[in-house]
Amino acid sequence: MIVGEQKPFDEVWEMVKGHKQLTVFGCNTCVAVCHQGGNKEAEILASLLKMRATQEGVDIEIVDGGIERQCEHPFFESAQEVLKESEAVLSLACGIGVQFMAQKYKTTPIYPALNTTFLGDVQEDGYFTEKCQACGDCVLGVTGGVCPVTRCCKRLFNGPCGGSTNGKCEISKDIDCAWQLVVDRLEALGKIKDYEKITPVKDWSKDRAGGPRSFKLEGF
Amino acid sequence: MEIKTDSKLEKILKSGQMAVTSECGPPRSSDPAGIIEKGEMIKDHVDSINITDNQTSVTRLCSLAACVHLKLKGLDPVLQMVVRDRNRIALQSDILGAASFGINNMLCLSGDHQSFGDHPSSQNVFDIDSMQLIQTATYMRDEGKFLGGDKIKVPPNMFVGAAANPFADPFHIRVPRLAKKIAAGAEFIQTQCVYNLDKFEEWMKGVCDRGLDEKVFILPGITPMRSVGMAKYLSKAVPGMDVPDDLVKRLSGVPKDKQADEGITIAVEAMQRLKEVKGVSGFHVMAIEWEEKVPEIVERAGLYPRPEVD
Repeated sequence: MIVGEQKPFDEVWEMVKGHKQLTVFGCNTCVAVCHQGGNKEAEILASLLKMRATQEGVDIEIVDGGIERQCEHPFFESAQEVLKESEAVLSLACGIGVQFMAQKYKTTPIYPALNTTFLGDVQEDGYFTEKCQACGDCVLGVTGGVCPVTRCCKRLFNGPCGGSTNGKCEISKDIDCAWQLVVDRLEALGKIKDYEKITPVKDWSKDRAGGPRSFKLEGF
Repeated sequence: MEIKTDSKLEKILKSGQMAVTSECGPPRSSDPAGIIEKGEMIKDHVDSINITDNQTSVTRLCSLAACVHLKLKGLDPVLQMVVRDRNRIALQSDILGAASFGINNMLCLSGDHQSFGDHPSSQNVFDIDSMQLIQTATYMRDEGKFLGGDKIKVPPNMFVGAAANPFADPFHIRVPRLAKKIAAGAEFIQTQCVYNLDKFEEWMKGVCDRGLDEKVFILPGITPMRSVGMAKYLSKAVPGMDVPDDLVKRLSGVPKDKQADEGITIAVEAMQRLKEVKGVSGFHVMAIEWEEKVPEIVERAGLYPRPEVD
Protein backbone atom coordinates (compact mmCIF):
# COMPACT_ATOMS: atom_id res chain seq x y z
CA MET A 1 0.00 0.00 0.00
CA ILE A 2 0.90 3.66 -0.25
CA VAL A 3 2.25 5.14 2.97
CA GLY A 4 2.16 8.83 3.76
CA GLU A 5 2.93 11.06 6.69
CA GLN A 6 1.17 14.28 7.62
CA LYS A 7 3.14 17.39 6.90
CA PRO A 8 4.19 19.56 9.84
CA PHE A 9 1.10 21.43 11.01
CA ASP A 10 2.69 24.87 10.51
CA GLU A 11 3.46 24.05 6.87
CA VAL A 12 -0.17 23.02 6.32
CA TRP A 13 -1.45 26.18 8.01
CA GLU A 14 0.81 28.41 5.89
CA MET A 15 -0.60 26.82 2.71
CA VAL A 16 -4.27 27.28 3.56
CA LYS A 17 -4.60 30.28 5.86
CA GLY A 18 -5.25 32.77 3.07
CA HIS A 19 -8.56 31.20 2.05
CA LYS A 20 -12.04 32.11 3.23
CA GLN A 21 -13.32 28.56 2.89
CA LEU A 22 -11.54 25.24 3.06
CA THR A 23 -12.61 21.60 2.80
CA VAL A 24 -10.33 19.14 4.60
CA PHE A 25 -10.80 15.93 2.67
CA GLY A 26 -9.78 12.42 3.67
CA CYS A 27 -8.94 9.37 1.58
CA ASN A 28 -10.08 6.29 3.42
CA THR A 29 -7.95 3.52 1.89
CA CYS A 30 -4.13 3.27 1.93
CA VAL A 31 -3.33 6.38 3.94
CA ALA A 32 -6.09 5.55 6.40
CA VAL A 33 -4.28 2.29 7.26
CA CYS A 34 -1.27 4.29 8.37
CA HIS A 35 -3.56 6.65 10.35
CA GLN A 36 -2.45 9.73 8.45
CA GLY A 37 -4.98 10.50 5.76
CA GLY A 38 -8.29 8.77 6.44
CA ASN A 39 -11.62 10.50 6.96
CA LYS A 40 -11.12 10.38 10.73
CA GLU A 41 -7.74 12.13 10.41
CA ALA A 42 -9.40 14.72 8.15
CA GLU A 43 -11.89 15.51 10.89
CA ILE A 44 -9.11 15.90 13.47
CA LEU A 45 -6.98 18.06 11.19
CA ALA A 46 -10.00 20.27 10.42
CA SER A 47 -10.52 20.80 14.17
CA LEU A 48 -6.88 21.73 14.68
CA LEU A 49 -7.03 24.20 11.80
CA LYS A 50 -10.21 25.77 13.24
CA MET A 51 -8.46 26.23 16.58
CA ARG A 52 -5.46 27.80 14.89
CA ALA A 53 -7.73 30.13 12.90
CA THR A 54 -9.44 31.23 16.10
CA GLN A 55 -6.11 31.76 17.86
CA GLU A 56 -4.80 33.91 15.03
CA GLY A 57 -8.09 35.73 14.42
CA VAL A 58 -8.27 34.48 10.83
CA ASP A 59 -11.74 34.29 9.28
CA ILE A 60 -11.92 30.95 7.48
CA GLU A 61 -14.79 28.50 7.24
CA ILE A 62 -13.48 24.97 7.57
CA VAL A 63 -15.46 21.80 6.87
CA ASP A 64 -14.32 18.22 6.62
CA GLY A 65 -15.28 15.25 4.50
CA GLY A 66 -13.83 12.31 2.68
CA ILE A 67 -14.32 9.39 0.35
CA GLU A 68 -12.96 5.87 0.05
CA ARG A 69 -10.44 6.66 -2.68
CA GLN A 70 -9.36 9.93 -4.27
CA CYS A 71 -7.80 8.20 -7.27
CA GLU A 72 -10.93 6.85 -9.01
CA HIS A 73 -13.85 8.78 -10.49
CA PRO A 74 -16.80 6.72 -9.14
CA PHE A 75 -15.89 7.37 -5.51
CA PHE A 76 -16.33 11.12 -5.97
CA GLU A 77 -20.08 10.90 -6.62
CA SER A 78 -21.05 11.18 -2.97
CA ALA A 79 -18.91 14.28 -2.51
CA GLN A 80 -19.62 16.21 -5.71
CA GLU A 81 -21.56 18.94 -3.99
CA VAL A 82 -19.20 19.73 -1.15
CA LEU A 83 -16.20 19.75 -3.45
CA LYS A 84 -17.83 21.93 -6.10
CA GLU A 85 -18.70 24.51 -3.47
CA SER A 86 -15.22 24.51 -1.93
CA GLU A 87 -12.97 27.50 -2.40
CA ALA A 88 -9.98 25.29 -1.64
CA VAL A 89 -9.39 21.67 -0.65
CA LEU A 90 -6.79 20.26 1.71
CA SER A 91 -6.45 16.66 0.58
CA LEU A 92 -5.19 14.00 2.94
CA ALA A 93 -4.67 11.59 0.06
CA CYS A 94 -1.30 10.54 -1.32
CA GLY A 95 0.18 12.50 -4.20
CA ILE A 96 -1.95 10.48 -6.60
CA GLY A 97 -5.20 11.58 -4.99
CA VAL A 98 -4.12 15.22 -4.82
CA GLN A 99 -3.32 15.24 -8.53
CA PHE A 100 -6.47 13.35 -9.44
CA MET A 101 -8.56 16.00 -7.70
CA ALA A 102 -6.57 18.85 -9.22
CA GLN A 103 -7.29 17.38 -12.64
CA LYS A 104 -10.99 16.96 -11.79
CA TYR A 105 -11.64 20.40 -10.28
CA LYS A 106 -9.78 22.64 -12.67
CA THR A 107 -10.18 25.96 -10.87
CA THR A 108 -10.00 24.78 -7.26
CA PRO A 109 -6.68 24.85 -5.40
CA ILE A 110 -5.96 21.39 -3.96
CA TYR A 111 -3.28 21.33 -1.24
CA PRO A 112 -1.44 18.24 0.01
CA ALA A 113 -1.70 17.60 3.75
CA LEU A 114 0.59 14.59 3.49
CA ASN A 115 4.04 13.80 2.25
CA THR A 116 3.72 10.59 0.27
CA THR A 117 6.59 8.57 1.65
CA PHE A 118 6.73 5.06 0.17
CA LEU A 119 5.12 1.83 -0.99
CA GLY A 120 5.24 -0.41 1.99
CA ASP A 121 3.77 -2.99 4.30
CA VAL A 122 2.40 -3.07 7.84
CA GLN A 123 5.04 -4.95 9.83
CA GLU A 124 3.01 -4.47 12.99
CA ASP A 125 0.39 -2.01 14.20
CA GLY A 126 1.77 1.45 13.60
CA TYR A 127 5.01 0.27 11.94
CA PHE A 128 5.32 0.58 8.18
CA THR A 129 8.33 -0.30 6.05
CA GLU A 130 9.23 0.40 2.43
CA LYS A 131 9.29 -2.62 0.15
CA CYS A 132 8.86 -1.54 -3.48
CA GLN A 133 9.93 1.32 -5.73
CA ALA A 134 7.78 0.31 -8.71
CA CYS A 135 10.87 0.05 -10.93
CA GLY A 136 8.80 -1.67 -13.58
CA ASP A 137 10.99 -4.74 -13.97
CA CYS A 138 10.75 -6.98 -10.91
CA VAL A 139 13.85 -8.93 -9.87
CA LEU A 140 12.41 -10.60 -6.76
CA GLY A 141 12.50 -13.97 -8.52
CA VAL A 142 16.29 -14.01 -8.48
CA THR A 143 16.91 -12.23 -5.20
CA GLY A 144 15.00 -14.60 -2.97
CA GLY A 145 12.06 -12.25 -2.55
CA VAL A 146 14.10 -9.34 -1.17
CA CYS A 147 14.19 -6.19 -3.31
CA PRO A 148 17.68 -4.73 -3.76
CA VAL A 149 16.30 -1.70 -5.60
CA THR A 150 14.32 -0.64 -2.56
CA ARG A 151 16.15 -2.14 0.37
CA CYS A 152 19.81 -1.71 -0.55
CA CYS A 153 20.79 1.93 -0.01
CA LYS A 154 23.06 1.67 -3.07
CA ARG A 155 20.65 -0.40 -5.18
CA LEU A 156 23.36 -3.02 -5.69
CA PHE A 157 22.33 -5.95 -7.85
CA ASN A 158 25.27 -8.25 -7.31
CA GLY A 159 25.91 -8.54 -3.62
CA PRO A 160 26.70 -6.69 -0.41
CA CYS A 161 29.08 -3.73 -0.42
CA GLY A 162 32.02 -3.53 1.96
CA GLY A 163 29.99 -1.73 4.59
CA SER A 164 27.68 -4.60 5.58
CA THR A 165 28.22 -5.26 9.30
CA ASN A 166 26.39 -7.77 11.50
CA GLY A 167 23.47 -7.81 9.11
CA LYS A 168 23.12 -4.03 9.12
CA CYS A 169 23.67 -1.37 6.47
CA GLU A 170 26.64 0.99 6.62
CA ILE A 171 24.39 4.01 6.76
CA SER A 172 22.43 3.03 9.88
CA LYS A 173 22.22 0.29 12.45
CA ASP A 174 18.43 0.56 12.08
CA ILE A 175 18.52 -0.58 8.46
CA ASP A 176 18.96 -4.23 7.57
CA CYS A 177 21.58 -4.98 4.92
CA ALA A 178 19.41 -6.07 2.00
CA TRP A 179 22.11 -8.40 0.72
CA GLN A 180 22.44 -10.13 4.06
CA LEU A 181 18.70 -10.81 3.74
CA VAL A 182 19.09 -11.98 0.14
CA VAL A 183 21.95 -14.32 1.06
CA ASP A 184 20.07 -15.71 4.09
CA ARG A 185 17.02 -16.29 1.96
CA LEU A 186 18.93 -17.93 -0.93
CA GLU A 187 20.48 -20.25 1.64
CA ALA A 188 17.08 -21.09 3.11
CA LEU A 189 15.86 -21.89 -0.40
CA GLY A 190 18.92 -24.02 -1.17
CA LYS A 191 19.83 -21.63 -3.99
CA ILE A 192 22.98 -19.96 -2.68
CA LYS A 193 24.91 -21.07 -5.79
CA ASP A 194 22.71 -18.68 -7.77
CA TYR A 195 24.41 -15.80 -5.96
CA GLU A 196 27.33 -16.08 -8.37
CA LYS A 197 25.19 -15.43 -11.45
CA ILE A 198 25.93 -11.85 -12.49
CA THR A 199 22.89 -9.64 -12.81
CA PRO A 200 23.50 -7.51 -15.92
CA VAL A 201 22.84 -3.77 -16.15
CA LYS A 202 19.23 -2.91 -15.57
CA ASP A 203 16.81 -1.40 -18.06
CA TRP A 204 15.75 1.73 -16.16
CA SER A 205 13.54 2.89 -19.03
CA LYS A 206 10.76 0.96 -17.30
CA ASP A 207 11.39 2.98 -14.15
CA ARG A 208 10.60 6.70 -13.72
CA ALA A 209 13.71 7.32 -15.84
CA GLY A 210 11.62 6.53 -18.91
CA GLY A 211 9.10 9.28 -18.14
CA PRO A 212 5.62 9.02 -16.61
CA ARG A 213 4.29 5.51 -17.08
CA SER A 214 0.80 4.39 -18.04
CA PHE A 215 -0.91 1.12 -18.77
CA LYS A 216 -4.05 0.70 -20.86
CA LEU A 217 -6.15 -2.41 -20.94
CA GLU A 218 -7.68 -3.25 -24.28
CA GLY A 219 -11.46 -3.67 -24.44
CA PHE A 220 -12.39 -1.39 -21.55
CA MET B 1 50.91 -13.55 -19.56
CA GLU B 2 49.48 -11.32 -22.25
CA ILE B 3 49.98 -7.62 -21.58
CA LYS B 4 46.84 -5.81 -22.69
CA THR B 5 47.60 -2.20 -21.84
CA ASP B 6 50.43 0.25 -21.25
CA SER B 7 49.75 0.17 -17.53
CA LYS B 8 52.91 -0.03 -15.45
CA LEU B 9 50.92 -1.82 -12.77
CA GLU B 10 49.83 -4.51 -15.23
CA LYS B 11 53.36 -5.01 -16.51
CA ILE B 12 54.84 -5.40 -13.04
CA LEU B 13 52.12 -7.76 -11.82
CA LYS B 14 52.32 -9.90 -14.95
CA SER B 15 56.10 -10.06 -14.69
CA GLY B 16 55.54 -11.96 -11.44
CA GLN B 17 56.98 -9.24 -9.22
CA MET B 18 55.30 -7.76 -6.17
CA ALA B 19 53.56 -4.51 -6.97
CA VAL B 20 53.13 -1.54 -4.67
CA THR B 21 50.35 0.95 -5.16
CA SER B 22 49.36 3.89 -3.05
CA GLU B 23 46.50 6.29 -2.83
CA CYS B 24 46.10 10.06 -2.79
CA GLY B 25 43.01 12.10 -2.13
CA PRO B 26 42.53 15.19 -4.31
CA PRO B 27 42.12 18.60 -2.65
CA ARG B 28 38.83 20.37 -1.92
CA SER B 29 40.01 23.12 -4.19
CA SER B 30 40.72 23.93 -7.81
CA ASP B 31 44.44 24.12 -7.06
CA PRO B 32 46.13 20.87 -8.18
CA ALA B 33 49.42 21.61 -6.42
CA GLY B 34 48.66 19.35 -3.46
CA ILE B 35 47.98 16.25 -5.49
CA ILE B 36 51.04 16.79 -7.67
CA GLU B 37 53.17 17.26 -4.56
CA LYS B 38 51.82 14.03 -3.02
CA GLY B 39 52.48 12.16 -6.26
CA GLU B 40 56.05 13.44 -6.53
CA MET B 41 56.69 12.54 -2.88
CA ILE B 42 55.95 8.83 -3.36
CA LYS B 43 56.56 8.21 -7.06
CA ASP B 44 59.91 6.42 -6.66
CA HIS B 45 58.53 4.07 -4.03
CA VAL B 46 55.29 2.93 -5.65
CA ASP B 47 54.37 1.66 -9.10
CA SER B 48 50.96 3.27 -9.46
CA ILE B 49 48.89 5.79 -7.55
CA ASN B 50 45.15 5.55 -6.99
CA ILE B 51 43.24 8.80 -7.02
CA THR B 52 40.12 8.61 -4.93
CA ASP B 53 36.76 9.64 -6.35
CA ASN B 54 35.05 12.02 -3.92
CA GLN B 55 35.84 9.62 -1.09
CA THR B 56 33.45 9.51 1.85
CA SER B 57 31.10 11.44 -0.44
CA VAL B 58 32.89 14.71 0.19
CA THR B 59 33.17 16.92 -2.90
CA ARG B 60 36.72 17.26 -4.18
CA LEU B 61 38.68 17.96 -7.33
CA CYS B 62 37.61 15.13 -9.65
CA SER B 63 39.53 11.91 -9.84
CA LEU B 64 39.92 12.11 -13.61
CA ALA B 65 41.49 15.59 -13.57
CA ALA B 66 43.82 14.61 -10.72
CA CYS B 67 44.86 11.49 -12.68
CA VAL B 68 45.62 13.71 -15.69
CA HIS B 69 47.89 15.90 -13.53
CA LEU B 70 49.84 12.83 -12.40
CA LYS B 71 49.95 11.34 -15.88
CA LEU B 72 51.40 14.58 -17.23
CA LYS B 73 54.18 14.18 -14.64
CA GLY B 74 54.95 10.74 -16.01
CA LEU B 75 53.30 8.75 -13.19
CA ASP B 76 50.94 5.78 -13.57
CA PRO B 77 47.61 6.76 -12.03
CA VAL B 78 44.72 4.45 -11.14
CA LEU B 79 41.42 6.15 -11.82
CA GLN B 80 39.00 5.31 -9.03
CA MET B 81 35.41 5.43 -10.21
CA VAL B 82 32.36 5.16 -7.99
CA VAL B 83 28.92 4.46 -9.41
CA ARG B 84 27.21 6.72 -6.89
CA ASP B 85 27.44 9.98 -8.81
CA ARG B 86 27.31 9.12 -12.52
CA ASN B 87 25.09 7.09 -14.78
CA ARG B 88 26.32 4.73 -17.50
CA ILE B 89 26.56 7.57 -20.02
CA ALA B 90 28.84 9.67 -17.80
CA LEU B 91 30.90 6.68 -16.63
CA GLN B 92 31.61 5.49 -20.17
CA SER B 93 32.35 9.05 -21.21
CA ASP B 94 34.88 9.44 -18.38
CA ILE B 95 36.51 6.12 -19.30
CA LEU B 96 37.03 7.43 -22.83
CA GLY B 97 38.31 10.72 -21.43
CA ALA B 98 40.78 8.93 -19.17
CA ALA B 99 41.99 6.72 -22.00
CA SER B 100 42.47 9.78 -24.19
CA PHE B 101 45.12 10.94 -21.71
CA GLY B 102 46.79 7.54 -21.65
CA ILE B 103 45.40 6.59 -18.26
CA ASN B 104 45.38 2.81 -18.27
CA ASN B 105 44.18 1.73 -14.83
CA MET B 106 40.82 2.00 -13.20
CA LEU B 107 39.29 0.75 -9.99
CA CYS B 108 35.55 0.06 -9.96
CA LEU B 109 33.76 0.90 -6.72
CA SER B 110 30.26 1.40 -5.38
CA GLY B 111 31.23 4.46 -3.36
CA ASP B 112 30.37 5.47 0.16
CA HIS B 113 26.77 6.47 0.66
CA GLN B 114 26.20 10.21 0.26
CA SER B 115 24.75 10.44 3.78
CA PHE B 116 28.36 10.34 5.08
CA GLY B 117 29.49 13.34 3.06
CA ASP B 118 29.13 17.07 2.71
CA HIS B 119 25.90 16.89 0.68
CA PRO B 120 23.68 14.43 2.55
CA SER B 121 20.58 15.82 0.81
CA SER B 122 21.91 14.92 -2.65
CA GLN B 123 20.37 12.31 -4.92
CA ASN B 124 22.43 9.22 -5.65
CA VAL B 125 22.60 7.59 -9.06
CA PHE B 126 23.51 3.89 -8.83
CA ASP B 127 22.41 3.32 -12.41
CA ILE B 128 24.83 0.39 -12.48
CA ASP B 129 26.69 -1.29 -9.63
CA SER B 130 30.43 -1.83 -9.18
CA MET B 131 30.21 -5.36 -10.63
CA GLN B 132 28.51 -3.98 -13.73
CA LEU B 133 31.11 -1.19 -14.00
CA ILE B 134 33.82 -3.88 -14.21
CA GLN B 135 31.79 -5.52 -16.98
CA THR B 136 31.34 -2.18 -18.72
CA ALA B 137 35.04 -1.30 -18.78
CA THR B 138 36.12 -4.75 -20.00
CA TYR B 139 33.31 -4.82 -22.57
CA MET B 140 34.36 -1.43 -23.94
CA ARG B 141 37.97 -2.64 -24.15
CA ASP B 142 37.46 -6.20 -25.42
CA GLU B 143 34.37 -5.84 -27.61
CA GLY B 144 35.07 -2.26 -28.67
CA LYS B 145 31.48 -1.31 -27.96
CA PHE B 146 29.45 0.88 -25.69
CA LEU B 147 26.89 -0.79 -23.40
CA GLY B 148 24.24 0.50 -25.80
CA GLY B 149 25.79 -1.60 -28.57
CA ASP B 150 27.39 1.08 -30.75
CA LYS B 151 30.96 0.56 -31.91
CA ILE B 152 33.81 2.55 -30.37
CA LYS B 153 36.25 3.63 -33.07
CA VAL B 154 39.25 3.54 -30.73
CA PRO B 155 38.29 1.54 -27.61
CA PRO B 156 39.69 2.54 -24.22
CA ASN B 157 42.45 0.28 -23.01
CA MET B 158 42.06 -0.20 -19.29
CA PHE B 159 43.62 -2.54 -16.76
CA VAL B 160 40.52 -3.08 -14.68
CA GLY B 161 40.54 -3.48 -10.94
CA ALA B 162 38.03 -3.86 -8.16
CA ALA B 163 37.91 -3.65 -4.40
CA ALA B 164 37.28 -6.44 -1.94
CA ASN B 165 36.54 -6.29 1.73
CA PRO B 166 37.28 -9.63 3.39
CA PHE B 167 36.08 -8.22 6.72
CA ALA B 168 32.56 -7.20 5.78
CA ASP B 169 29.56 -9.44 6.34
CA PRO B 170 28.33 -11.94 5.46
CA PHE B 171 31.87 -13.37 5.58
CA HIS B 172 31.07 -16.61 3.77
CA ILE B 173 29.90 -14.68 0.70
CA ARG B 174 33.17 -12.73 0.40
CA VAL B 175 35.05 -15.37 -1.60
CA PRO B 176 32.05 -15.97 -3.92
CA ARG B 177 31.77 -12.18 -4.31
CA LEU B 178 35.41 -12.03 -5.39
CA ALA B 179 34.76 -14.89 -7.83
CA LYS B 180 31.91 -12.88 -9.25
CA LYS B 181 34.10 -9.80 -9.70
CA ILE B 182 36.69 -11.92 -11.49
CA ALA B 183 34.00 -13.38 -13.74
CA ALA B 184 32.89 -9.83 -14.48
CA GLY B 185 36.42 -9.06 -15.66
CA ALA B 186 38.41 -7.75 -12.68
CA GLU B 187 42.15 -8.30 -13.15
CA PHE B 188 43.49 -6.82 -9.95
CA ILE B 189 42.04 -6.40 -6.48
CA GLN B 190 42.90 -3.83 -3.83
CA THR B 191 41.43 -4.76 -0.47
CA GLN B 192 40.10 -2.90 2.52
CA CYS B 193 42.76 -2.05 5.13
CA VAL B 194 44.02 -5.29 6.65
CA TYR B 195 44.57 -5.29 10.41
CA ASN B 196 43.13 -8.69 11.29
CA LEU B 197 45.78 -10.79 9.59
CA ASP B 198 44.31 -14.12 10.70
CA LYS B 199 40.98 -13.33 9.14
CA PHE B 200 42.64 -12.06 5.97
CA GLU B 201 44.60 -15.29 5.69
CA GLU B 202 41.43 -17.29 6.21
CA TRP B 203 39.83 -15.38 3.34
CA MET B 204 42.94 -15.87 1.18
CA LYS B 205 42.81 -19.60 1.86
CA GLY B 206 39.26 -19.63 0.54
CA VAL B 207 40.45 -17.65 -2.47
CA CYS B 208 43.28 -20.08 -3.19
CA ASP B 209 41.12 -23.17 -2.57
CA ARG B 210 38.99 -22.05 -5.47
CA GLY B 211 42.04 -21.22 -7.59
CA LEU B 212 41.03 -17.57 -7.77
CA ASP B 213 44.60 -16.47 -6.99
CA GLU B 214 45.52 -17.81 -10.44
CA LYS B 215 43.02 -15.47 -12.07
CA VAL B 216 43.53 -12.16 -10.30
CA PHE B 217 46.26 -10.15 -8.59
CA ILE B 218 45.43 -9.39 -4.98
CA LEU B 219 46.95 -6.40 -3.20
CA PRO B 220 46.01 -6.23 0.48
CA GLY B 221 45.36 -2.72 1.75
CA ILE B 222 47.80 -1.36 4.33
CA THR B 223 47.01 1.74 6.36
CA PRO B 224 49.39 2.68 9.19
CA MET B 225 47.79 3.84 12.42
CA ARG B 226 48.88 7.30 13.51
CA SER B 227 47.59 6.95 17.05
CA VAL B 228 45.58 4.78 19.38
CA GLY B 229 42.72 7.24 18.80
CA MET B 230 42.71 6.41 15.10
CA ALA B 231 42.70 2.68 15.87
CA LYS B 232 39.71 3.09 18.19
CA TYR B 233 37.88 5.25 15.67
CA LEU B 234 38.42 2.77 12.84
CA SER B 235 37.30 -0.16 14.95
CA LYS B 236 34.15 1.51 16.25
CA ALA B 237 33.00 4.03 13.68
CA VAL B 238 33.91 2.66 10.26
CA PRO B 239 31.59 -0.05 8.96
CA GLY B 240 33.39 -3.04 7.47
CA MET B 241 36.67 -2.33 9.30
CA ASP B 242 38.15 -5.04 11.52
CA VAL B 243 40.70 -3.79 14.06
CA PRO B 244 41.62 -6.50 16.59
CA ASP B 245 41.73 -5.51 20.29
CA ASP B 246 45.36 -6.69 20.50
CA LEU B 247 46.39 -4.00 18.04
CA VAL B 248 44.60 -1.28 20.02
CA LYS B 249 46.27 -2.59 23.21
CA ARG B 250 49.70 -2.58 21.58
CA LEU B 251 49.31 1.05 20.55
CA SER B 252 47.93 2.00 23.98
CA GLY B 253 51.04 0.56 25.58
CA VAL B 254 53.27 3.04 23.78
CA PRO B 255 53.76 6.71 24.82
CA LYS B 256 51.72 9.14 22.75
CA ASP B 257 54.72 10.58 20.89
CA LYS B 258 55.84 7.09 19.85
CA GLN B 259 52.46 5.78 18.69
CA ALA B 260 52.92 6.92 15.08
CA ASP B 261 56.24 5.06 14.87
CA GLU B 262 54.62 2.00 16.38
CA GLY B 263 51.84 2.29 13.79
CA ILE B 264 54.42 2.24 11.00
CA THR B 265 56.14 -0.78 12.55
CA ILE B 266 52.82 -2.63 12.79
CA ALA B 267 52.16 -1.90 9.11
CA VAL B 268 55.61 -3.10 8.09
CA GLU B 269 55.23 -6.30 10.13
CA ALA B 270 51.89 -6.94 8.48
CA MET B 271 53.45 -6.56 5.03
CA GLN B 272 56.34 -8.87 5.92
CA ARG B 273 53.91 -11.55 7.07
CA LEU B 274 51.47 -11.14 4.18
CA LYS B 275 54.26 -11.18 1.57
CA GLU B 276 54.56 -14.88 2.31
CA VAL B 277 50.87 -15.62 1.93
CA LYS B 278 49.96 -17.54 -1.22
CA GLY B 279 48.07 -15.38 -3.66
CA VAL B 280 49.32 -12.01 -2.40
CA SER B 281 50.74 -10.09 -5.38
CA GLY B 282 51.71 -6.83 -3.74
CA PHE B 283 50.36 -4.11 -1.48
CA HIS B 284 48.10 -1.13 -1.64
CA VAL B 285 49.55 1.34 0.87
CA MET B 286 46.96 3.89 1.91
CA ALA B 287 48.66 6.33 4.28
CA ILE B 288 45.70 8.64 4.67
CA GLU B 289 46.94 12.26 4.66
CA TRP B 290 50.30 10.81 5.71
CA GLU B 291 51.79 10.17 2.28
CA GLU B 292 55.25 11.23 3.43
CA LYS B 293 55.52 7.95 5.33
CA VAL B 294 54.94 5.76 2.27
CA PRO B 295 58.64 5.66 1.23
CA GLU B 296 59.72 4.53 4.70
CA ILE B 297 57.03 1.83 4.84
CA VAL B 298 57.94 0.48 1.41
CA GLU B 299 61.65 0.47 2.21
CA ARG B 300 61.24 -1.21 5.60
CA ALA B 301 58.95 -3.84 4.05
CA GLY B 302 61.81 -4.75 1.72
CA LEU B 303 60.00 -3.63 -1.41
CA TYR B 304 62.45 -0.95 -2.51
CA PRO B 305 63.82 -0.30 -5.09
CA ARG B 306 60.81 -0.74 -7.35
CA PRO B 307 61.25 -2.74 -10.53
CA GLU B 308 61.76 -0.98 -13.85
CA VAL B 309 59.50 -1.84 -16.78
CA ASP B 310 59.43 -0.60 -20.39
